[in-house]
Order: sequence, then structure tokens, then C-alpha cells
Amino acid sequence: MTHFTKLLPILLGGSVLALTASMASAQTDITVAIQLEPPNLDPTGGAAQAIDSVLYSNVFEGLTRFMADGSVVAGLAESWEISDDGLTYTFMLHDGVTFHDGTTMDAEDVKFSLDRARAEDSINAQKGLFADIADVMVIDPLSVAVTLTQPNGMFLFNMAWGDAVIVAPESIENIASNPIGTGAFAFTDWVQGDRLELTRNDTYWGQPAALEAATFRFISDPTAAFAAVMAEDVDAFVGFPAPENLPQFEADPRFQVLVGNTEGETILSMNNKMPPFDNVLVRQAVSLAIDRQAIIDGAMFGYGTPIGTHFAPHNPDYVDLIANSTYNPERARELLTEAGFADGFATTLKLPPPSYARRGGEIIASQLRAVGITAEISNLEWAQWIEEVFTGKDFGLSIVSHTEPMDIGIYANPEYYFQYDNAEFQALMVTLNATTDPATRSDLLAKAQTTISEDYVNGYLFQLAVPTVAKAGLNGLWLDQPTAAVDLTGVTWSQ
Amino acid sequence: MIRYIASRLLSLTLSLIAASIVIFAVIEVIPGDPASFMLGVNARADTLAALREQMGLNDPLPLRYFNWVTGMLTGDFGTSWTYKTPVADLVNDRIWVSLPLAIYALFISTIIAFPAGIIAASRRGGMGDVSIMGATQLGVAIPNFWFAMILVLIFAIKLRWFSAGGFPGWDNPFLALKSLTLPAVALALPQAAILARIMRSSLLDNLGEDYIRTARAKGLTRRQALWRHAVRNALIPVLTIIGLQFSFLLAGGIIIEQIFFLPGLGRLIFQSISARDLIVVESVVMLLVFVVIVVNFAVDLAYAAVDPRLRSRA
Repeated sequence: MTHFTKLLPILLGGSVLALTASMASAQTDITVAIQLEPPNLDPTGGAAQAIDSVLYSNVFEGLTRFMADGSVVAGLAESWEISDDGLTYTFMLHDGVTFHDGTTMDAEDVKFSLDRARAEDSINAQKGLFADIADVMVIDPLSVAVTLTQPNGMFLFNMAWGDAVIVAPESIENIASNPIGTGAFAFTDWVQGDRLELTRNDTYWGQPAALEAATFRFISDPTAAFAAVMAEDVDAFVGFPAPENLPQFEADPRFQVLVGNTEGETILSMNNKMPPFDNVLVRQAVSLAIDRQAIIDGAMFGYGTPIGTHFAPHNPDYVDLIANSTYNPERARELLTEAGFADGFATTLKLPPPSYARRGGEIIASQLRAVGITAEISNLEWAQWIEEVFTGKDFGLSIVSHTEPMDIGIYANPEYYFQYDNAEFQALMVTLNATTDPATRSDLLAKAQTTISEDYVNGYLFQLAVPTVAKAGLNGLWLDQPTAAVDLTGVTWSQ
Repeated sequence: MIRYIASRLLSLTLSLIAASIVIFAVIEVIPGDPASFMLGVNARADTLAALREQMGLNDPLPLRYFNWVTGMLTGDFGTSWTYKTPVADLVNDRIWVSLPLAIYALFISTIIAFPAGIIAASRRGGMGDVSIMGATQLGVAIPNFWFAMILVLIFAIKLRWFSAGGFPGWDNPFLALKSLTLPAVALALPQAAILARIMRSSLLDNLGEDYIRTARAKGLTRRQALWRHAVRNALIPVLTIIGLQFSFLLAGGIIIEQIFFLPGLGRLIFQSISARDLIVVESVVMLLVFVVIVVNFAVDLAYAAVDPRLRSRA
């Protein structure tokens, strides 16, 4: 008994100490939810954005990389030199970089990665990024020279894509299930259908991550997403699928809501080869018949930035061309009459699954009906949409968000699904690609944006927003999404 | 009896062959090229061709069907196109969520339905009967996903007794069962309502039979007659329904698995259909068909064991 009475204060004091210690130590892990699960973990072998969401910058790194604001900075390449003719890029690599399996990352790995991506039997979904590469040559373990067939002002940008990350021949065979990269986090476990776990790479060559561990969970159902955040099962939900719930989170002191921009230009695409959309007056009429603010409010609960051309408003080279297609149904009707469609016409509106398309489609169909255009809606699944609309070009109108960064070049491809064929624009893109001077590039980009806006190639609706709901106290998450990444390397908890 | 079992086995085999042809045919005609789905909108023609070749999509349909069926017979379900892992592994992971969930739900449904059905039947027309029948009416009418949302709202968001979803794995059986509880309850309630109504009507049918009258005449009270004779006989149609419900619960939890983001078979099918991972869809659906057919076979055998007339008829 006496022993116990003596011990009691010590015990009490100890537990109080332990308690304070646990309260003072900040949380060192994070559970992030995203909507889609990556089908596999190979960023160089498929188009699924969810692969980048989980692995970009966390596990895999490229020669260059995107920052949160969309700028491109050095990655595994410490620096580079561009030859005067713009054809040879010599990359100097960081010293002492190792893959998570302990093997060294050197010039041979860079050559392996780039050669593999551009090989004939490559299944890289963005093979076009590597199309201009003529040769990759190892100079010494830390420098590699990439020679292009023609100057490409986008080359450093292209090398920042998730599809251009550096992989190693030693670990390539199992990359789809056991990704081995050079990033600040190493892959630990993937319970398919449920979660994927990363742990901090303590031998990281750069600034190590503050978080010790990260878990990704995959929750696609909007109701389930709401419940998971409210029940605090997850610390953050990037790309929260139910914008209608955001005001509720904003009002709750437990949470913070970040609404950022993506690279997704959401457009009402028109089949430029199919009558009557081959007539610019008709395309203009369609553009003027659309009230984009009503679509943003109705389909996106107000989240989204209006655009007037196919370019991201947060890009420094963006030109505001919204005035070209200000909502004006009277003028739209006049234009239709001028084009010989005084009584309007009927067409198809084929919609992929995302809610911006399905909800937006209903609104657009009713706006078009008001000027005499009957758009028959059909809802397609993604695979069906790709087959019918994208590959088959069997559509009048469609709504889709083009999420690839800096993709105005698609307008120079007459085979692209909206089939815009303008030799002048194509020449402009050739010049742009060959130009490396920033000021000249800006001028050319401005001209390109204006051309497609004034040609009314598509109806330009809004830049897709990405809402993130996070617990209060979580810092360093990307606000915007210059690429589909949930970069956790700079994330910290404040206490 | 041997002839009976042989004839049942033959019809089981024929059903499986027919099902495999139908499943393969239906799933192969779904529009949407799996390869172009995987590579997305920036895919180049040569990349697509390379992938289609890798996936075996260029083989003729009969050959693909043959490869699929013969593979399954040897336990090789193929390799998932999108997950790039063997389908058998995928199924093996998922079945340890879906199967326990189905059994758990069936258990809950039975322990609610049996007493409810018996009480309702034994107090026919009384307050107990009326209120139980009212409740089952609601239970049948209200879909399980709605129950699921209400359960999440109350027990996960308000009370914080359960997490809103997810599955921690079987390393800790208590946590695993805990995470399956809300989904199991949501799945079980409509099933319990159906089962209770069938239990009640089956009991009432039996209570009107001659053997009950005989039992009563021998001096048993109504309650004794019900417990000793009627309940046992009333179980036969109830067991049939339980067999059907089990198949339904195993395959039909898709929406519940979505709501509770459980990594089960239903969610696997759902994800695979949207990703056009046809080999996974085909194999999992075939597996479910197999389970249903085998459960039916077992029920047939159980009937024969109970009812000798069936044996002689075959």
C-alpha cells in the first residue's frame, strides 16, 4: 500500500507527461481521398490520370517537373544547355540520386526511359511528347544529350509530364504493381479497391518530405465522399465530387475548402466537318446561344472560370476573348437565318459521364432550343465516348474537358475529333514549336488563341475547377492542378 | 438417388456452358474499345495497335472464347488488362470482403426475420402482427442504399461510432467486422422484411393443415403445435428464399459497396465495366453464375433429401 501511494504521483505525472507529449507532437501522416483508383501504377503505360494523381512527384520524377503554379522547373536534371540550332539538349543530372530499390539513377536510366517511351512497340499514352527525339546519347554517367529532329519550344515542358518520368531497367518489369522511382516517397502497399500507401524516402536526394507516411483512398461515390470527409475518415479530399456540399464544408471550422483551376478547358465541341457545323456562321450562332455563366452556376454550382478560347486563364499568355462569344440569343438567331437555317436544325449532343457534361448538357440543350436548334442528348460511357465521338467522329456536339496542359496544338491536327482544318493555324503551330524566344512565343500563342476563338471552332465554356476539402491545419496542398497530381512533397500539418 | 444427382449435375453443366457463351457474347458486344480507353484521347494509332496486339484483341472471337474457357477450367482466369495482375488474385482479394459481408447480412436478416415472422403468425391480426407487417412493408419498399445513407448519417457522421466506409483488412477481425457492420445492416434490412413476410405466411399455411389440427386434438396448445410442428415444416420455403438471397447478397452488393467504398466483388465489376476490363468482368460474372448454380444444386439436393417423391420422379 505504501509502495502504491508513493508510486501514484509518479504514475500520474508520467501519464500527464505522456499525454502532453502526444498532444504536442504534430500529425506526421496523411490520408488523402481521390475519386478514381489508378488501374495500375505505371505512369508510362496508360492514360489514366489517377496514376499521376498518386505517383507524380511523390514516387516518380522526370528531368523537369511542374510546380503548383504550372511553371516548369528542373527535376532530376540539375541544369541543361540548349545548342544554338535548338536541336540538342544536354541535361546535367543531379549527383547521388538513387531509386527506391537502392540502384543509382544515372544517364543510362534517362536513355532507357526516353528510348522505351518512343520505341515502336511503346504503349506510352503520350507518345507524341517524344516524337521529335532523334537520338538519346549518354555522355557520362551524369550527362545525357537528347537530339531532336526539329526545334521544339515545348520540349522542356513535355519532359515534365508524368508520362516522361525516369524509370530504371532493373525495376521496369513489375512497375505496374511495384513502382520504383526516385521521389520523396516510396511505394509500400496497394490494397486494390481500397487504398495505396506511401512512406517517406529517407535517402531522398532533395528536400525530404515533412510527412512520414501517406495513404490514398479511392472514393468515387459523391455521397460516400461527403460521409468520409464529415466523419473525418480522410484528412483531405482532392477533386471533391459534389460541389453542392462545398458551402457546408466552408461553414464548418473543422475544414478548409480550396478551389483551384485545372488545365481542363471545358468546351462544347462541334464537328467542324459535319454540316451545318462546317459553316462558321452556324458555329458562331451556337457559341452566342450559350450562356456560360448559367452553365457554370447550374452544372458546377458556380465553380469554374469562364473562357473564350482554348487556353488556361491562369497561364501568363492567356488572352481574354470571352467578348467574342457573349451570350446573345437574338444575334444567334440572326446568324442562323443568315446561314440558311431560319427554322433551326436538329443535331446530336453526345455526353461523356462526368457531371459537368451531363448536367451542362441539359442546360445547353435548352439554351440551344431557345434559338431553334434541337440537340438530341445521348449519354455515353467513357469507352463508348472515345469510340463513337473521339475516334469515330460520329457526333454533332459534345461536351468535354480537355485536361492536357498546353494543348492548343490539337487545333493544328485536322484529324482531331472536332476536325478543324485551317492551314494558317497549322503553319502558326509549326512556327511556335520551332520558337524558343519567350516574347515571340507569347505573340504566337496570342494569335493562336484569337484565331480559334474568332473561327468559333468550338463553344468555349469554362476552365474546370478542382475543389479540395481538407482538414484545418493542413498546409502545402496544391491549389491548382497544372497536371493531375496530388503532390505531397511540400505538405505539412500546423499545430 | 444417383440418377437424380446425375441428372442435376448434367443440367448444372449445361447451364454453366450456356451462361459462359451468353456472358462472353454480351460483354464482347458492349461498345467501347478497351485499348483506346486505356490509352486515352492522345493515343497515336501505332500505340493503339501495339497495345491491341499485347492484349490479344486481334485474335478471332471463337479463339478468345476458347482460350478463356479452357483457362478457367485450369484455374487460370487470365490477366486483367488495366490492373495488369491475374484476375484470380483480384477475385481472391475481393471475395474476402464480399463473402463475409453476404454471410453477415444473411445472419442479421435471419435473426430479425425468424422471430418477427413467428410472432406475427402466432398473433395473427393482433397488434404485434399489424406492427410487424407494417414494418416489413416499409422494409420491402425502401431500397437498401437509402438505408445505407441513413446509417452513415447517424452512426458515422453524427455519433462517430463507425467509420463512413473502407475496409481495414482481416488482420484485426474485430475492426474488419466493425467496418462490415453498417453495410451488412443496410443489406440485411430489406432482406429481413421479405424473409419475415414469407416466414409468416408459410407458418400460417402450415397452421391450417390437418396435422396441426391432429396435434391440437392430441392436447397440444396452439403455441406448442406451432413450435413443435409448424415451424419446422414452414422452414422449407424459407430456406429456398435464403438460398436465393445469399446469391443476391453476394452479387448484389454493388451499390452498397460503392456507398461504403468497400473493396468487394461488386465494386470490382463496377470498376472493370467502366474501364472496359472485359476479362475481369467476364470472369467475375461467370464466377457468380457458378455460385448461384451450385447453390441451386445444393437446394435441389436438400429437397430430395426431404421429399422422397422428387427422387422417384427423376
